Amino acid sequence: MAEKNYTITADTGIHARPATQLVNKAGQFESEVTLEYNGKSVNLKSIMGVMSLGVGQGGEVTIKAEGPDAEEALGSLDEIMQESLAK
Amino acid sequence: MSKQLTGIAASSGIAIAKAFRAETPDLTVTKESITNPDEQIKTLEQALDQSMNELEAIREKTLKDLGEEHAEIFSAHLLVLKDPELVDPIKQKIQDDHVNASFALKEVTDQFVTMFESMDNEYMKERAADIRDVSKRVLAHVLGEPIASLAEVDEEVIIVADDLTPSDTAQLNKKYVQGFVTDIGGRTSHSAIMARSMEIPAVVGTKEVTSEVEAGTMMIIDGLSGEVVIDPSEDELKQYRQKQADFEEQKKEWAKLKNEPSKTKDGVQVELVANIGTPDDVEGVENNGSEGVGLYRTEFLYMGREDLPSEDEQFEAYKKVVEQMGERPVVIRTLDVGGDKELPYLNLPDEMNPFLGFRAIRLCLEKDDIFRTQLRALLRASVYGNLKIMFPMIATLDEFRQAKQMLEEEKNQLQAEQVNVGEEIEVGIMVEIPSTAVMAPQFAKEVDFFSIGTNDLIQYTMAADRMNEQVSYLYQPYNPAILRLVKMVIDASHAEGKWTGMCGEMAGDEVAVPLLLGLGLDEFSMSATSVLPARSQLSKLTKAEAVKTAEKALEMNSADEVEALVREQYL
Repeated sequence: MAEKNYTITADTGIHARPATQLVNKAGQFESEVTLEYNGKSVNLKSIMGVMSLGVGQGGEVTIKAEGPDAEEALGSLDEIMQESLAK
Repeated sequence: MSKQLTGIAASSGIAIAKAFRAETPDLTVTKESITNPDEQIKTLEQALDQSMNELEAIREKTLKDLGEEHAEIFSAHLLVLKDPELVDPIKQKIQDDHVNASFALKEVTDQFVTMFESMDNEYMKERAADIRDVSKRVLAHVLGEPIASLAEVDEEVIIVADDLTPSDTAQLNKKYVQGFVTDIGGRTSHSAIMARSMEIPAVVGTKEVTSEVEAGTMMIIDGLSGEVVIDPSEDELKQYRQKQADFEEQKKEWAKLKNEPSKTKDGVQVELVANIGTPDDVEGVENNGSEGVGLYRTEFLYMGREDLPSEDEQFEAYKKVVEQMGERPVVIRTLDVGGDKELPYLNLPDEMNPFLGFRAIRLCLEKDDIFRTQLRALLRASVYGNLKIMFPMIATLDEFRQAKQMLEEEKNQLQAEQVNVGEEIEVGIMVEIPSTAVMAPQFAKEVDFFSIGTNDLIQYTMAADRMNEQVSYLYQPYNPAILRLVKMVIDASHAEGKWTGMCGEMAGDEVAVPLLLGLGLDEFSMSATSVLPARSQLSKLTKAEAVKTAEKALEMNSADEVEALVREQYL
């Protein structure tokens, strides 16, 4: 299993474009990918799951991936996180 | 055999094309026990596929026409359809409960909608609307009643609908939509106003067009006379094609007046300006030779969104308009909501009589934080052109003084913050309420100008709700009662060296123009497309004769008598 922690710096939190990018990317991998925030964990392949967390600016989140392509999945998601959510 | 209907001519021009029915199919869902869940799941999957294909096409088109930002919403919609957390529970429900696909779909999506709606975050609440939208599309496919989307129209059509909402009209693609025709509405309803600003022919209020036309049937709408012909004969087609060509010819004649002054035959000059709703409308103002903007309705900035527009956002919009207009005047009306224009996010309680209720300046004076934000944006934009500020729905002098006071306070505040604001901004009021027309001499001492809003002035004077078709006969612009009020306002302004404009539909009406000229109106503000026809009409009138006509009209007994007089003399 691979995991990584982030602090969200984007002022709008995780929503709109970055959220759809994350979900789209996660869906390309076989591994199970989850997003954890505030003690809750959701499927990162589910847009509604991600939205329902309502992660705002300053939120501490963890992305976990488990499966055959876990490392790769985490790497790809990391790019999106660095680029638009957790600069 | 062709069939004729008559409605209200709402936007001039003639359209000949196939009917496109914009309607919401019946999506009522009933719970059914089923024996073959696999079949239901297959139905669901097919509906999901079809919906995805449609959304993909809409996304592509939006991306091409409007750009990435507008297309994004559809990417999100697509993701919802692919969401395992949504799709799996529906399938599960079909399997476990042995219920039909449409019921399972509705149950599960409703849960999500409720969940998002209850979240304490505007953005999340907006997502509830997305889910509702998307699930409606899928549900329509499951039920075999696909939704026809206005944005998907890709051939020349005439839109046939019960009514069109502002968001419907915003989706219309001018390249393909030749015109529209509705069952309900009047000349002043929102869809009619939009049609005129988009410059497409429209007939509204036919009462029965949706029950008479099938999708794909050839039809003609005549936005000049209000006639609608369904399944026209060869002769009728020929006749209307000729009329269409004549109208185009006429438009070319009008176009020659684009850069001419608005002058009567005896050399009296008046101002012909346009009504706009958004900065994009300035293009139409330019194309139609308007001498300025007589009414910029700012409420569109506040509509179709989830929260209030910020000061900067408003500033940009106002600046864009005044900058493009340069030295020409731009009269900006402060927020006029309430009545038939609601802003859901203000959470205002429903009223028994919204037109007599908490609207426009009444709302702004009470919720002054909203008002002050707008005033600051206007003040900041005022340095970029010839901006004038106008308050709507003023009923008493005290209301005007309060509004003016807030404007002064914000001006001083901005100056204290070292922000540039225009020094000599004219501040006027709309005259829509009879009390204000009657008190015009007192108002004229304090305001810089009047602009008569005839749609409301008529409804308040005649005590006839303009949304109620059963009393629409009382919408009488030529009633001597209205003309007398108009005269009182104009005379009062002139006595104080001020000016009076008119920004209701009446200002561009061919029967009203000679009367208004005769009464001494200084500024006529109308739909941009009416400016050139009005200029052409004015050039054939003399002020001296119009004064006599107006004097006669004021003494008449009814609107019909006045109309007959003008028609006989001028039209």
